[in-house]
Amino acid sequence: MKTKEEKIFSLKQRPNSEKWIDLSFRNFTITMASMVGVILISILVVVFIESKDAIKEFGLDFLVTADWDPINNKYGAFTAIYGTTITSLASLALSIPLGVGTAVLLTEDILPKQLNELIGIMIELLAAIPSVVLGLWAVFVMEPFLRPFLNLLHQYFGWIPLFGSEASGPGIAPAILILTVMLLPIITSISRDSIEQVPSKLREAAYGIGASRWCSIFNIILPAAISGITGGILLALGRAMGETMAVTMIIGNSNNFSFSILSPGYTISSLLANQFGEADGIQVSSLMYAAFILMVMTLIINIIAQWLVKKLSLKYQ
Amino acid sequence: MVSQKVKFKIPMKNHIQKNKSYTVSTNLVYEHNNTRNTVNRLITALAALFAFISLVPLILVIGYVIIKGASQINLDLFILEPEPPGYDLDFAGGIGNAIVGTLVITLMATFISIPVGVGGGIYLAEYSKGGILSKFVRFGVNVLAGIPSIIAGVFIYAVVVVSKIIFGSTFSGIAGALALSILILPIVIKTTDEGLKLVPDDLRKGALGVGASMFTTIINVTLPSAFKNIATGIVLGLARAAGETAPLIFTALFSYYHISSMQDILSEMSSLSVLIYNFALEPYEAQNQLAWAASFVLVLLVLMLNIFARIIAKATSDS
Amino acid sequence: MSNKEKISLQNVSISYADKIAVKNVYLQIPNGKITSFIGPSGCGKSTILRSINRMNDLISNCTLKGRVLYEGQDIYGKNIDPIEVRRRIGMVFQQPNPFPKSIYENIAFGARVNGYQGDMDELVETSLKKAAVWDECKDKLNKSGYSLSGGQQQRLCIARTIAIEPDVILMDEPCSALDPISTLKIEETLHQLKNTYTIIIVTHNMQQAVRVSDMTAFFNAESLSIEEGGKVGYLVEYNDTSKIFNSPNQQETKEYISGKFG
Repeated sequence: MKTKEEKIFSLKQRPNSEKWIDLSFRNFTITMASMVGVILISILVVVFIESKDAIKEFGLDFLVTADWDPINNKYGAFTAIYGTTITSLASLALSIPLGVGTAVLLTEDILPKQLNELIGIMIELLAAIPSVVLGLWAVFVMEPFLRPFLNLLHQYFGWIPLFGSEASGPGIAPAILILTVMLLPIITSISRDSIEQVPSKLREAAYGIGASRWCSIFNIILPAAISGITGGILLALGRAMGETMAVTMIIGNSNNFSFSILSPGYTISSLLANQFGEADGIQVSSLMYAAFILMVMTLIINIIAQWLVKKLSLKYQ
Repeated sequence: MVSQKVKFKIPMKNHIQKNKSYTVSTNLVYEHNNTRNTVNRLITALAALFAFISLVPLILVIGYVIIKGASQINLDLFILEPEPPGYDLDFAGGIGNAIVGTLVITLMATFISIPVGVGGGIYLAEYSKGGILSKFVRFGVNVLAGIPSIIAGVFIYAVVVVSKIIFGSTFSGIAGALALSILILPIVIKTTDEGLKLVPDDLRKGALGVGASMFTTIINVTLPSAFKNIATGIVLGLARAAGETAPLIFTALFSYYHISSMQDILSEMSSLSVLIYNFALEPYEAQNQLAWAASFVLVLLVLMLNIFARIIAKATSDS
Repeated sequence: MSNKEKISLQNVSISYADKIAVKNVYLQIPNGKITSFIGPSGCGKSTILRSINRMNDLISNCTLKGRVLYEGQDIYGKNIDPIEVRRRIGMVFQQPNPFPKSIYENIAFGARVNGYQGDMDELVETSLKKAAVWDECKDKLNKSGYSLSGGQQQRLCIARTIAIEPDVILMDEPCSALDPISTLKIEETLHQLKNTYTIIIVTHNMQQAVRVSDMTAFFNAESLSIEEGGKVGYLVEYNDTSKIFNSPNQQETKEYISGKFG
């Protein structure tokens, strides 16, 4: 009997080829997974190595000097760092109330369900529109339309350095607005997810003690969702700092430093997009140095964001 | 209706008494003018206004792209090559080579990222046991997803374009595809990981239980059941790559000519997004118009890919 | 308006979307007594309870027909502010649901929302004492409400409700998630709250209804026709608790309390 059975199942003993395939497939997946780490680390290392000349030459002064002078080969990224900071913070300040407000509206039963779904889909569509198309729209439609209003701002608030120049075309302010449009979908969808994760029993508890709708939203629901929302805001901040195309097209690309958001400026990413193609020597290295700064900034923000989002998902498990 | 305000006090009775006083109006009527209700209505209106403001840009952008772009759609647009700026003030040519270029570069990028992304995803979902490597990879995936797209371009510029590592080519379609694949990779790896995790464990145990090897189980059982999720991720990655510009401007650069042979992926290659960027900033009306036409085609392509991804995802949840 | 009736349900039917959940309920809830709702699951007793302080408003497709009177006013009337209703008719839920705030803030938040102007420390202390959870809480008032055990959390929720001094307290199976000892403590609390508050409690546990309540309403459910599907609840019998459990009028009640179904 036994010998017969062995004949029917000729593969009772696993052939070596099968074992070999099994093992090599496993090793293949491990290698592929490790590629993520390899790519990440090589990006950091390569950008750092390429910027070494500029780091040696300009040191930390690079961060606080505003000259960008290819003729005399003197470089400082302050204008771009200022531009990155002001555009990302200002666009965040505009998109947080809009995005969180929309998210709250979509999670409450204020509007009919179908309308909520429609708005949700439209906001996701907004996220899908390529940045370069938004840039095109900003250049030809948004900026010309807004210019008179920005100039009114200058006329009445010109004494504030932020509005201290006339708006004459592309500049930091339109860049802030187009960034706001790009951040909205990120903040809205992450806030919406975070609010939906808040257990409904908390909402019931608040209504049960006679709290009004907005009283419970502000005091109970939003605080319970806050770490997720903050995570989303930080992801949006990272995105804003790294966003390139739309900003490059509308910010004016000028290295003359000005506090005013109505004048043209630079962000680190638009500096790269604009100058990288034609640069050589120490200028490339300086651009790499700027890229390195940008990368470190986004890296830190993304890591904090991840940590916050994780903290929220643990809280309600 | 005037509400009657009373101090709410109940005399001591049995064990417990109500000893604190609230101001209580005796009727339950909704008072339109009391502070709480006014504030609530105001904030509701404000939230609705915010949502409306959020939608305005989308409607305007789509509207303009349709008005300015769709009117130029004709066969020539899809076939011809663009004319160099300033060459002909009335006619800027077509975007045929850019459409082909976008398709070629994004498909190449997707094919590069599929083995790495799906392979890495399989490792995370099937092999890893929550050790250091998997934690590091998951963390790395999220960090990579947050890296500015221009950095991917800078990186590939330094590694591929300057070093001429790929058959001595400098700016090339393949360099552009490599830069884009860095951006798609986190999307593919994440959806593979999540898709595989949704496959019920019973299926896996069933296959392993009859003596199938891990490899056979993954290839024949788990991967096919997670196929739709993975496909969704790949299509979303494709959509993302098709719309990206920054990684291409100093890797693939731009070309005014159609590709004619396989060799051409080793030379400069045009794409819709770079065409829009270049021609938007030209001082010539004809080129600007071509940028709008290209935007229309690009938005259509990206939205269709997104809708396609949704359809695949929906088919998954239904089955 | 009779002083004895606090709440009166007149021909109340409630449906979710198109599906009717409970129909034609008439009930008179007396003032200062504990009334319990019993019945098998799916008989609509919780649905009825939640309709009494308009908690069902939170469920978007829920509709109510008939009238729910609180001290003679129809709380579903045209001009009624549901928030005002909930401030008078408080609710304790099936799952303990403290706010993710400190124990102190859990009490103080509701009080502040309701415009409390007295001494907050004192209110926190007396409310926690009334809910019989003061001893467990007094040393950690600044700790999160989640640091308490399930039974303590539920008593914290009761304290939170007492603190806003409602007229009526609704309790939706407040002990279903708790162990027997915590249940006993909450029942003791209920006895102490009697006479000051009108209390309505939904319970799965018939012994509990006997132990705590003066009046009992028995709900049952019948299956709908096959086309409609599902079940619809209705009120079978409402009487003094001793009557319901010793000499019920209806055969259904008799079968239920003797454990024949449910």
